[in-house]
Amino acid sequence: MRHEIGLAIGPATFRVGSAWRGPIMQLRALYADYPAVDLDRQVPDFTVRLQPTRPWRRFVRPSIFIAGDHWLAEAAPMALGHGLLAAEMGMNLQMALGWRRHLLLHAASVERDGRAIILTGESGSGKSTLAAQLGERGWRLMGDEFALLDLESGLAHPFPRLVSLKNAAIAVATAGLPPARLGPRLAGTAKGTIRHLVPAPDAIARMREPAMPALLLFPRFGPPLDRRPVDPGEAFVRLTQASTNYIALGEAAFRALAQVVTHVPALALDYPDGEAAIAAIEALWSECP
Amino acid sequence: MADAIYRAEPPEALVRMGLGAIDALYHRRSGATHLVAAPVPQILEALAEGPADAAGLRQRLSARFELADDEAEALAALRDRLTELEALGLVRREPGAAR
Repeated sequence: MRHEIGLAIGPATFRVGSAWRGPIMQLRALYADYPAVDLDRQVPDFTVRLQPTRPWRRFVRPSIFIAGDHWLAEAAPMALGHGLLAAEMGMNLQMALGWRRHLLLHAASVERDGRAIILTGESGSGKSTLAAQLGERGWRLMGDEFALLDLESGLAHPFPRLVSLKNAAIAVATAGLPPARLGPRLAGTAKGTIRHLVPAPDAIARMREPAMPALLLFPRFGPPLDRRPVDPGEAFVRLTQASTNYIALGEAAFRALAQVVTHVPALALDYPDGEAAIAAIEALWSECP
Repeated sequence: MADAIYRAEPPEALVRMGLGAIDALYHRRSGATHLVAAPVPQILEALAEGPADAAGLRQRLSARFELADDEAEALAALRDRLTELEALGLVRREPGAAR
């Protein structure tokens, strides 16, 4: 395509091609500290293409259609101003539909002392925001969207893409951070206002370092602070629901997930605000075996 | 009335993991995961000893567990479970056996 960039995030590599220059320039700036992928020498795992819905639409009221190795037929075209979001969505889609080297969990993860907390919940549970906040407070952010579980060892591998912050979470999670770590404010998207955050330097520098899961958390933003243990059966069900490739990976995924839920303590955590959640997580961590 | 005779899947067809209150079963033939609670794992274990109809199975189970006093009730429940397990592909009906 006319404009393109090679990106490496955790173990995955991407070619993002675009009919327009803007989205690629934004990716170049925000992913500047990530390892380079030379597309002339390396075939990436996935290709994402940002293309006009019709050839002439590149110039007239341009709207972007996300294409690539894997794509969803019903994905609606997006405004060119949201090109960065389209690229990020395209990369997420490739991972969700195409990644087979690990059990992919739709989960955030953070690490300390070589051990990881896996946070998973529905959209709106606050896992991205919590992971972003923890990533600035003594934890290594491993990822806000996908945790990649090794099928043999059970290690969680990072996927520290740009953190996607939405609406009220933007101000909360970016307070005090240098503007250079923030992407443009994208207003009027299908999920409201979105702003991307470049993970802290250690998250990027150590993006190939896995960690053993030590705590499974199922956060829920809104209700008063409460925590309750989740038994292995329920944790198993929740994690299969959080995985996009559980069925495709067959018995290996079954065994890996059963191992995780029988060896790693799991808790549901309701929280009214980020500060309460972080204090609760620190307390839980200190009790962790 | 001759009852249907059921046969368990061969042991290598299922991977079973105990997850607290429930068991997770991975069925290799179908690639499906089943989450089952008592009495299903117990029924599958009893049936693994050899093909049986509901009455035979009730006998095996009653040697290990306390079943409902009402025999007809216990048998009806067992038949229901066996029908469900057959639909899931976790047990098979012996060919030729009448219902």
